[in-house]
Amino acid sequence: MEITSNEFFKTRRLVLKGAGVAALIGLGVVPFEVPQALAAANDKYPEEAFKQKTEAEAIKALYGKTAEPSDKIKLDAPEIAENGAVVPISATTTLADVSSISFLVSENPISLVASYKIPAGTLPSVANRIKMAKTSNVTVLVEAGGKLYSAVKEIKVTVGGCGG
Amino acid sequence: MMLRLAIRTAVALALGVLALAPAARAADTVDPAADKAAFQKFFTDKFPKLKLEDFVNGPYSMNEDLHRQWEEKEQFPPYEFSLEAGKEMFSKPFKNGKTYADCFPNQGIGIRQNYPYFDETEGKVITLELALNRCREANGEAPFSYVRDDMAALTAYMAFTSRGKLMDIKIPNDPRALEAYQKGKEYFYTRRGQLNFSCATCHIQSPGERIRAEVLAPALGILNAMPIYRSEWSGMGTTSRRFTTCNSQIRGVPLNPQDDEYRNLEYYLSYVSNGLPISGPGARP
Amino acid sequence: MASSIRVRATSNGDTTEVQALIQHPMDSGFVKDAKGEIIPPHFIQQLTFEYDGKAVFLADWGGGVSKDPYVKFAFKGGKKGDELKVSWVDNKGATDSTTAKIQ
Repeated sequence: MEITSNEFFKTRRLVLKGAGVAALIGLGVVPFEVPQALAAANDKYPEEAFKQKTEAEAIKALYGKTAEPSDKIKLDAPEIAENGAVVPISATTTLADVSSISFLVSENPISLVASYKIPAGTLPSVANRIKMAKTSNVTVLVEAGGKLYSAVKEIKVTVGGCGG
Repeated sequence: MMLRLAIRTAVALALGVLALAPAARAADTVDPAADKAAFQKFFTDKFPKLKLEDFVNGPYSMNEDLHRQWEEKEQFPPYEFSLEAGKEMFSKPFKNGKTYADCFPNQGIGIRQNYPYFDETEGKVITLELALNRCREANGEAPFSYVRDDMAALTAYMAFTSRGKLMDIKIPNDPRALEAYQKGKEYFYTRRGQLNFSCATCHIQSPGERIRAEVLAPALGILNAMPIYRSEWSGMGTTSRRFTTCNSQIRGVPLNPQDDEYRNLEYYLSYVSNGLPISGPGARP
Repeated sequence: MASSIRVRATSNGDTTEVQALIQHPMDSGFVKDAKGEIIPPHFIQQLTFEYDGKAVFLADWGGGVSKDPYVKFAFKGGKKGDELKVSWVDNKGATDSTTAKIQ
């Protein structure tokens, strides 16, 4: 019984992975119009970073550098997510000159979840709700003074947030 | 010889017990007020730290980590869109110019705590969901599905206007009302489905415990929070949806929404939560 | 048709705290429907908040952000009664925007 269900999930996972790739290829073809306001802000959507599967590749595509751990970042997240579909996560930092804050889930099929640009005058603190496929490390990256810092926390997921 | 004596004694004893049985049954007469008191005492004894009104928040009152996630969600709750849709639907007139407000006491505002009620003309329990569909049909509109978003939105709005009001279910002096109550109670405690669970197995015996990944909600106050946005459903659910999915989850065959059994169940379950505030619409894992 | 964007912006005189909830499926492209067919990706990619003609916050999102997404941040300044403009664009090119008064 268990073997059957394991096999089922394995096959299903494989199918999902294949479909993900197909979907991403699809994405590239969709005409993407940038509204005036966004164009004016000169902030392009980091399409490449959102295509990367692993955390390392996503960080490289997004920032082009590696992060060092910092205890000046506070990552606030539950120990056990009530449901992987809606995991409330917030980050705040005492680091100076913060220009962006990003969230990554290492076990998600696409690691990068959200990246926030923090213009001068905006506080370096963000709360959002994210999906988690399963128990995973969640990484928050903070770009401050041109350098990249990180904090990590493991969140247990008992009900996955990616459907099925 | 000794053996025969022993048997005789045993028979006599058994007969004695039988003779006592009618007395025991007398103590079992339908007494909703006593049921309610015992029901509520069971929960406050089991969870001495919780106030009565905390029970309407279900599993969030039973687990600190969950409670924090809930507080965060409540800052901008996921049922907000449904609530607004419900408000809009509620005020929009039917094709004949009438509105939902025309079907309800006090224009439908702040009345959630009085549902379900026992209709003495009809001799049956009338739930809010049923009353809403009857209102639609009486005004020439097609009824909504009892388990889908439109019904959830309407009841979300009606619950919202009643938040904080105490559940106030009346059992009129009518034997049929008492019978409906009793049938609802029996349904609640009857085991069914392949798992052989009753409603009580999960929601009386095990609230606060995990069943697989989920933390079970207490039966006390469980309907006060309806309808609910469940993260598991990524959407809203009505009381009807809650009942039918419960039956499927115990590998039973769900009844049709608003069948007499469910109406009676809602009557019983709401009555024993009298005195607890309406908190709907709610958010649940 | 009501706006897909709900915003609450409150000023304490010094900073303005902003919370937004947006109605959007945020389909990741990794989930199948009841028939076993993949639900194609459909998610908001960029969300901007503008105050006084300047972007005060910009979100880049992937399909890993929850359905009906929520975000909270705060910026220095912002007066009660002033307007905050919020707009999003998704991967299919659909957009929506709204203006909220700071409370």
